[in-house]
Order: sequence, then structure tokens, then C-alpha cells
Amino acid sequence: MSVDATTVRRIAQLARIAVSEAEVPHLQGELNAMLAFVEQLSEVNVEGVEPMTSVTPMEMKKRADVVNDGEIADDIVRNAPATENHFFLVPKVVE
Amino acid sequence: MTDLTSLTIAEAREGLTNKSFTARELTDAHLAAIEAARVLNAYVLETPDRAREMADAADKQIGKGEGGPLAGIPLGIKDLFATRDIRTTACSKILGNFVPPYESTVTSQLWRDGAILLGKLNNDEFAMGSSNETSCFGPVVNPWRREGSNTHLVPGGSSGGSASAVAALLCMGATATDTGGSIRQPAAFTATVGVKPTYGRCSRWGIVAFASSLDQAGPIARTVRDSAILMRSMAGHDPKDTTSVNIGVPDYEAAIGKSVKGMKIGIPKEYRLDGMPAEIEKLWSDGAAWLKAAGAELVEVSLPHTKYALPAYYIVAPAEASSNLARYDGVRYGLRVPGRSIGEMYENTRADGFGDEVRRRVMIGTYVLSAGYYDAYYLRAQKVRTLIKKDFEDCFAKGVNAILTPATPSAAFGVGEKGGADPVEMYLNDIFTVTVNMAGLPGIAVPAGKDAQGLPLGLQLIGRAFDEETLFSLGEVIEQAAGHFTPPRWW
Repeated sequence: MSVDATTVRRIAQLARIAVSEAEVPHLQGELNAMLAFVEQLSEVNVEGVEPMTSVTPMEMKKRADVVNDGEIADDIVRNAPATENHFFLVPKVVE
Repeated sequence: MTDLTSLTIAEAREGLTNKSFTARELTDAHLAAIEAARVLNAYVLETPDRAREMADAADKQIGKGEGGPLAGIPLGIKDLFATRDIRTTACSKILGNFVPPYESTVTSQLWRDGAILLGKLNNDEFAMGSSNETSCFGPVVNPWRREGSNTHLVPGGSSGGSASAVAALLCMGATATDTGGSIRQPAAFTATVGVKPTYGRCSRWGIVAFASSLDQAGPIARTVRDSAILMRSMAGHDPKDTTSVNIGVPDYEAAIGKSVKGMKIGIPKEYRLDGMPAEIEKLWSDGAAWLKAAGAELVEVSLPHTKYALPAYYIVAPAEASSNLARYDGVRYGLRVPGRSIGEMYENTRADGFGDEVRRRVMIGTYVLSAGYYDAYYLRAQKVRTLIKKDFEDCFAKGVNAILTPATPSAAFGVGEKGGADPVEMYLNDIFTVTVNMAGLPGIAVPAGKDAQGLPLGLQLIGRAFDEETLFSLGEVIEQAAGHFTPPRWW
């Protein structure tokens, strides 16, 4: 399988990365090189094989449903590019 | 007095206990070495004030006879580990000037045991790379050079700063992370020892995530013993990481010098690649001969799905990365590039903040997870992963204790030499290491010889899950036989 220019633009949009028209052919070439490389997986017989879902076989850990952290709003917003009164600021979303 | 920076951790521990020197002296010697080696670009942030403060505290503890297992040992920390109040960037422009209000579990355990932070070490951006050339701080230089040449070589990656700093005596040991070979490949390129522990052995909490089902933290050090000493402090159960395994941490150092007599060592025939350089072939057979001389039994084994590990990795790892890196959106931390709408702000931020390799992997990951392609790519890759793991399980079920392979298909290469036209050329560096991550097993890279140009080469040992001890015992045999390799100082 390989991707065309339209698909490259679509992937960039899904990945939320701005890509200029000039970059599309180059990216298309790189993505197709990767897809050509992984193509060999199609020759493996995976009939009846379970996909790996847990690297180490173990029971899923559960923790008590209790509040064990908090009151650290200053820490949470400390690294944000724009904040006001412990809120993150973003460009206007709703008109 | 010998140069303090050339001591091993084991030797420094003894010197500190005997009061031959202080932690402050040991730390100052390293800080001076770091300053004189800036051309290597191994450190992206030096923390001399913090280091001296921690050294003085360690000296007090040692004076009272209460020093921890790593009291006074100066270390470098890969910039993927969150360090409280100290800038942590994953060497990506998108994290900008991120200063974590928390400490990663692994580093907190090192400080608990008395270790000293010298600074943060360079790595490939978000640990995506095999040469440390994708870092937003620029490439790291390998202290090793080809005989008679001044060409700058890469130290491997993604833990290139860790490997380079340890080899150049800029720290006694370093933390690193390994998703497809990022500890073992740079260790092999710099004649250092690198350990990738079993998945779940070290907590991932507070480490910048790349591919969560593959990432694992481990040490890089100058000897097998030193790596065992660091492992004991780094490993252990952490309730904050749901995949961290709740089993006891053994005294890894006790495995050093243990007899390997009667151990069965698998030599996988699938690792004998067409066109493998003769010097890698020789290194491999030398390693087998050393283990045999120590009483181990060599058996040929088969891991039939080996060739599919790297292509499956290049589906699974980018898929997980595209999900993990969705958090970098210019809202809560790091870089923000304005846009007319919130969507445009996300897109501009991520376009400007991610480097080429990261963008490529996020995009391929997005594609293989997208509607209509999930089954063909991602699901199939996860099934292939089950088969790769089963290959190893079958092999260990036949009584094999560990598997011996070369660590890398070549020695270190020049800065800018690989991957320019085709990204896959760079990916092939991890061909011998990536199977181990796919199966969640432990692996160790040990320096074992040099190529015709005088560059170091390493061997890899792969162990059973949670049996790092056997790797330390076998690694010690190889180290004793091969000797130590130190780069001549030119910087």
C-alpha cells in the first residue's frame, strides 16, 4: 500500500500538524518508504494468533477509589503558555 | 592520586567509604571534566550548584556512616527523565522550557540512595533516533574516532548523551531509556555497558513517554559491575506505573563473578545476516568461545520471526507515539504558536515544535491507527509481536538460559552519514536489539572488541523475563575476556 498527496494532507490534518504544500511530495516519499518497509508483514501467517495486549502477563492493578492528591493548582498551570486564575487560556472556541 | 573521573563506581564507593576523597572532590572533578568536554555536546543542561549541594549532603551522610548504596556517586540523567525544578525537554523544541514540579520514580530512587545529579544528558528528540542527530540541541559527538581520522562520529541513540558522557568520563554512570535499542546500541558504539531491563522492572512514571508498551529505563556504565550497582537502585515496584511489576529487586551485584558453568547459551541462526561484516562475525564467535571456556554450553537456536520484528516495531512504536504525543498541543505546557482558531494553534504549534523525525513517526502512527487501516497494519503488527515473543518462549522452554548476538550490525558512523535519503537506512541499526523490546525481555550490551578502524563493537545477551542476574554473570565473563576499552582523549 502507498499514500497519495491527498492522503498525506489528510494524515497531517488528523495528526494536527500544519504541512505546507511544498512539503507534501517529500513527506509522501518518506511515508511510502516506511510503508514499503513494513509491507513484508503481509507474508506472515497470523491466522488464529491473538494480538499482544499485555507485554508481561499480569493481572490488571486496581487502586482504591479515593482522593490521594490535589491542591496543587499552582504546579499544574506553572508551565502553561497562557493562564488566568488557575485556568488555561486558549483562542476563542465558541462564538 | 589518580584522576577521580577514571574510577569505576565500585572503586569510588570504596574510596568514599575509606575517606580517600570526598563526594565534593569527586563531584568537582566531574564538573571540571564536563566543562572541558563541551565540544561533545553530551550535556544539554549542567547543574553544578545542585551537584555541589547534593555532594555536601552525601559527605555528611557518609561521615555519619549513614551513606546509601550510591552515596556520593555523580551521575548524568537523560533529559527524558523529569527532574523536579530542573528543566526537562526530551530534547524537543515543543517542551521548550518545561520545568517539572515532580521527579521521576527512577531518579527519585537514585537520589534516595545518595547519588548526585551532574546535569541533563542529550538524546534524540523524544528518544526517536539511532544517532542522537534528531535532538533540538544538535548532535552528540562520540569520544571515539577512527584511527588516524578527525571525523566526528555519532555515539548512537537515542541515549547518545548518556553513552558519550559515560565513555568520556563526564559522569560515573547515566540513566537511559530503551524503546528499540536506545540503551544497547549507543553502549556498543562507545564501549560502555548498557542494560535494558525486563519490561515492568523499572517504573516508567515521570519519564517522557515515547511508546509505552516498549519503553524501559536502564543504566549505562563503564563496567558490568557498575551497571548492576545502578540497576539495584533504579529497579523496583511503583504503584504509579500500572505496568510496573511487584516482585523483589535482587542484589544484582551478587551475580557478578557467579559461575556460568553448565548454562545453555543460544546462538540464533536468524541473526546471521547476509553480508554481515567479517569483524562482526568474528566478534560473535569470540564471545561464544569465551562463554564456552567459562563452562557454558552453546546451542544453535531458531527465532523464526526475527526478520519481522523491525517492520512490526515501525508500526507499533509510531502508533503509540502518535497517541502519547497528542498531549503537546500548546495549551498546558511548552511551546505555543498562535493561530486564528484553536485548531490552527494546535497545528502551528506541532508543526513548529516537532522535528522532522518526530513528525514523520507521528504521521505514520496516525495513518496505521486510522479508520480502514487499523486491522491491516496495527492489529497485524500486534499479532506478529505475539509470534516474536513466542519464538523466545519456545527457545527458553528448551532450557536455554540466555541468547548471544551481536549488539549492532556495524560500528559507529559519521555525523550526517546515514538516513538522509531513506529513513529506513537509519532504522536498520536496531535490527539486533528491537526483538528484545517487542518481547519485553531483558538485554545487556557489553564491549567485546574493535573493528579494523579501531572503533568499539559490542555483544548482546538476551535473558529470560526478570532474570537480569544471569545477564550480569555472563556479561562479566565477556568483560573479563575482552578487557576494557577507553577512548584516547582528544577534546
